[in-house]
Amino acid sequence: MVNYFPLAFRNLKRRGIRSYLTLLGIFIGIAAVISLITLGAGLKSAVMSQFGVSSTQVITVQGGGLSGYGPPGSGVTRPLTVDDVVAINKISLVERAIRRNIVSGKLEFNDIVGFGYATNILDGEDRRFIYAQIDAPAIAGRLLKDGDTNKVVLGYNFYVNKAGFGKPIKPGDQVLIQDKKFEVVGITKQKGSFILDSVVYMNNKPLEDLMGYGDKADIIAVKIKDKDSMDKAKEEIEKLMRKRRNVKEGEEDFEVSTPEAALETVNNVLGGVQAFIIIIASISIIVGAIGIINTMTTSVLERRREIGIMKSIGAKNSQIFAQFLSRIRITWFDRWACRSAFWDVYWICRNCRNQ
Amino acid sequence: MKKRKANRELIKLDNISKIYTLGETKVNAVDGLSFSVSPGEFVSVMGPSGSGKSTSMNLIGSLDVPTKGSIFLDGQDISHLYESDLAQIRGRKIGFIFQSFNLIPNLTAKENVMLPMMFQGVDEFKREERSEDLLKLVELQDRMDQYPNQLSGGQMQRVAIARALANDPEVVLADEPTGNLDTVTGEKVMNFLLKLNKQGKTIVLVTHDPDLALKYSQKIYWLKDGKLDKITSKKVGKWIKTNK
Repeated sequence: MVNYFPLAFRNLKRRGIRSYLTLLGIFIGIAAVISLITLGAGLKSAVMSQFGVSSTQVITVQGGGLSGYGPPGSGVTRPLTVDDVVAINKISLVERAIRRNIVSGKLEFNDIVGFGYATNILDGEDRRFIYAQIDAPAIAGRLLKDGDTNKVVLGYNFYVNKAGFGKPIKPGDQVLIQDKKFEVVGITKQKGSFILDSVVYMNNKPLEDLMGYGDKADIIAVKIKDKDSMDKAKEEIEKLMRKRRNVKEGEEDFEVSTPEAALETVNNVLGGVQAFIIIIASISIIVGAIGIINTMTTSVLERRREIGIMKSIGAKNSQIFAQFLSRIRITWFDRWACRSAFWDVYWICRNCRNQ
Repeated sequence: MKKRKANRELIKLDNISKIYTLGETKVNAVDGLSFSVSPGEFVSVMGPSGSGKSTSMNLIGSLDVPTKGSIFLDGQDISHLYESDLAQIRGRKIGFIFQSFNLIPNLTAKENVMLPMMFQGVDEFKREERSEDLLKLVELQDRMDQYPNQLSGGQMQRVAIARALANDPEVVLADEPTGNLDTVTGEKVMNFLLKLNKQGKTIVLVTHDPDLALKYSQKIYWLKDGKLDKITSKKVGKWIKTNK
């Protein structure tokens, strides 16, 4: 086989323009396919981050009711309560269940009033659990600690002047929330989600005092001990909640969702888009493949005389095939190099984006 | 190269026929042809266009298989072998020389001569050494690294002769080797073939030129309409008709 590579090289060189055009075609084809795949993956990643979908072993429980616009818990006819949290915590499969409250309110800074969402951060172990879940360390200042009363941490958009207050809000600045003064002590890392990057984090006690939500819980976040028992835990939580809320199966006024379910929702949304992208990519691959087949067929037909000569001087069919294979391998090597280069660019771009 | 004794049949065609199907028409290119060639002979196959000369050469050279009959090369029936076995036989036992030279255009003269040896698995050093020797034999030692398009017709044909000798075959089949050459160059090429014959190679010359056949060969098979018309042999400088 090694003997045939120089011959294959000569043939490619002899038909220089066609070889370069073929390679250019392959290059463009690969560029198109990889761009489309990257586009699909990027779109999915962007949408997932906007939806705030994580793959951790956390189940969320929400009250049912009017599904409208607003944060989780708004429009709920029978809200969840702290007692529900306590009851869920007693399930053996559950490692920890915590309440989360998300409220809408008014924030004033730089003489500009804006409206947005604030969420509570619980004390003690629950705080560590929440920080682990939101995975948003402080990029400026610090996160909230137990006992912080008139202090808040803001999402990334406030820091980069994307929250509509005329200038960036930095640690040390004072803001008015519901007309009460709070000190900004930190800014969280960018999450890529408009909601998560525009939220105000406040300890539970001051937020409850400010908003008066009492023992109501907008969401109960439940961490499961073992990821494999996710479905069973979900069933047990549903069973418990049906009993506590005195509702029959199929008539639930609450919703228990697993990360898989959330992912499924997102995937359903993206399904159509991805199918379209796959169709376009497939067409590109088919067109490219037909192009290569055409080139190779033409090349073989053109070289019939040469093949005849080689056969007359003792070449076996397998040896002639090996020569063509060498040629394909050279072309394949070029294609591999193109593909590698594209993937390198893709990974570099992706890493830059993550940083 | 040693002169081989002509005491056996190196090539034997036994009642062979070759029928080509062109649409609904069947063409009998060769029809019940039988003859033999002994080792060391210089034989010509003569005949007008369409007499079956080239088809006979393709069959002897195992480039094609007969529809009927058998072909023996050095005692081995080659008419029903697999393609890979035929390729081996072509590579080892037969050297081809064509009217249109049939050199690979993107290989130099030396590389063209090396090619048949590459197909026989000869190592590169030996290939180079032998191809240089052969090109010296055909007086092209100063043209080894030229490409075919940089050579004259006569030089190309001499490269083709060197290539035909690459694997030291027993038989050299030459199909109109002077057809594309002027008289002087053609004569030079024919003298090379004669020289090879004197060194012991069996030469089968396919030509439609009776002067060429009469001048260089020892025996002439005259074909007509795919059949053997007559055989003439040179005996003590005179041509005599012999039995079929």
